[in-house]
Amino acid sequence: MKKLLILSGKGGTGKTTTAAALARLFQAKAIADCDVDAPNLHLTLPQKGTPQRKDFFGGEKAVVDPGKCVRCGLCAKHCRFDALEAREDGYAVREISCEGCGVCVYVCPNQAITLAPDVAGEELLYLEDGVFSTAKLKMGRGNSGKLVTNVKLAMLKHAPECEVAVIDGSPGIGCPVIASVSGVDLVLVVAEPSLSGISDLKRLVKTAETFQTTLAVCVNKWDTSPAHTAAIEAFCQEIGLPFVGKIPYDKTASLAINQGKTLAEMDGPASEAVKTIFEQLKKRLNL
Amino acid sequence: MNIAVLSGKGGAGKTFVAVNLAAAAGQATYIDCDVEEPNGRLFWKPEQVRTTPVVTLLPEFDNTKCTGCRKCVDFCRFHALLYIRETPMVFPEVCHSCGGCLLACPQEAIREVPRQIGVVEEGTHGNIHVVTGILNPGEASGIPIIREALKKAEGLTILDCPPGSACSVMESILRADYCLLTAEPTAFGFHNFRMVYELASLLGKPVGVVINKEDQPYSPLEAFCEARAIPILAHIPYREDYGRLAAAGKILAEESPEAKAIFLSLWETLIKSARADGERFWHKRKFGKSGNTGCISHFSNCTIGAKDSPAAVDDLFSVSLWEKIGGSRP
Repeated sequence: MKKLLILSGKGGTGKTTTAAALARLFQAKAIADCDVDAPNLHLTLPQKGTPQRKDFFGGEKAVVDPGKCVRCGLCAKHCRFDALEAREDGYAVREISCEGCGVCVYVCPNQAITLAPDVAGEELLYLEDGVFSTAKLKMGRGNSGKLVTNVKLAMLKHAPECEVAVIDGSPGIGCPVIASVSGVDLVLVVAEPSLSGISDLKRLVKTAETFQTTLAVCVNKWDTSPAHTAAIEAFCQEIGLPFVGKIPYDKTASLAINQGKTLAEMDGPASEAVKTIFEQLKKRLNL
Repeated sequence: MNIAVLSGKGGAGKTFVAVNLAAAAGQATYIDCDVEEPNGRLFWKPEQVRTTPVVTLLPEFDNTKCTGCRKCVDFCRFHALLYIRETPMVFPEVCHSCGGCLLACPQEAIREVPRQIGVVEEGTHGNIHVVTGILNPGEASGIPIIREALKKAEGLTILDCPPGSACSVMESILRADYCLLTAEPTAFGFHNFRMVYELASLLGKPVGVVINKEDQPYSPLEAFCEARAIPILAHIPYREDYGRLAAAGKILAEESPEAKAIFLSLWETLIKSARADGERFWHKRKFGKSGNTGCISHFSNCTIGAKDSPAAVDDLFSVSLWEKIGGSRP
């Protein structure tokens, strides 16, 4: 099974819209939404049945036993994350700042602090029709890279016999993106034809180089700025990145999303363009 | 006065709103907290730019002192240390710089050395102080850069936040006085808007909404806001010419008087909303639990929440801003 990941660097360029259409076109029976910060793929690829749910434990958080706290302040002194605050009845942990490193537990002279597992999100697995693996990170939580890895592994574990798995990634270049690129066969970058879009594309390419990932690039809403689209094509040519197509701005796209459909089920210029990209990707994946 | 601009969904127009809001005010600090994809500077094209490296601390071993007891390896909850072939090893990407290994080492064989993960860039654009956090590609966490960049907040400050609703967003808005949520009127935009609204509420922040790129009405979003009394401060239409200017890195409020008027009127509604929040908070403190504000324990980080009257909230906005919106200070 070939694994195709969709990334963008910049947010809102059309990752999920493109990923959903490609999932339909490839008739992918293994699909994962690795944008655990803002998962949307299920909105446009509605799933049947109830998902298997599993708590995601991102890490641990410190807990102070007020009965044992002697208010020496050593925990606050050694905490690098400013997560301990002095209150009237002793020290308490600011849950949102605590990274669960265990330094406070170590320095406390009265064993007043322990670490407790923290539910940082939820993993969801739909198995009715192939596998659709997704997750939701709890507000303000970190460790999203670990959750991304879990989502991907759950998809691989339950994947039926099929040619292609489609994975929707997150924006940016940080830990969730880095976690999502490992082990994939091809990354399709959906770029936006703007100054910001080009800057973010370049940062993503640089990040991908660090991890020796195979990339292909397409531009979405290309006709909103033909000049920037040309610049992206030139950039790809210059560094030897395959440019696999450009999708025009088409109201059908947002219409499809609001109806819970994908571009693959619609007619129009954007839909046509995605089908061309699909053919290109098939070649790139040797299918 | 820190106003955080956030959206949940990427590409909803955070940077667009943040940059133009600051430009319309004319005098402000703009901080780009989206350190993975910092794009505000592409619009500001700041002058007199200076950069400061941002470092995190990484353990370094003195192999002559290390006895191989592995106490550091056992201590590290992030699996950043390994002891193989009688040598201690560090994995920099997963190290949280907590300093625990130093404490755990009985031989004092560990010291900390700085490792650069990015920079904070500062420059000016007219009377705008432009601050940008930039993460080096390949690095996993930009949190230390966000923390450094936020130290530059001064006077009327606009925080351009990362997308999503995870740790980096929370770090960016912890000390925000007001959260301006930019929403895209689509099913995706609405779904992510709810997530980021939940985060802002969790932190007890006053919120207002800007609906951006409105090309067709999307009623679930407005119904959601109405049901929770979340003020919608502005509707910005989808317009090809706006899109083109933004794509080319132009600041709309500086190019078009019509666009500037949109952002000045956004300031007006924002101030009105902040005033109303100030009043609510004040009532809540005075009379206890009545009123539907967020969690009061977070008010230490919110100047609006700490003020005693609507008039005191007005003081948070600069004199020049009052003049710009027509000297209509109540």
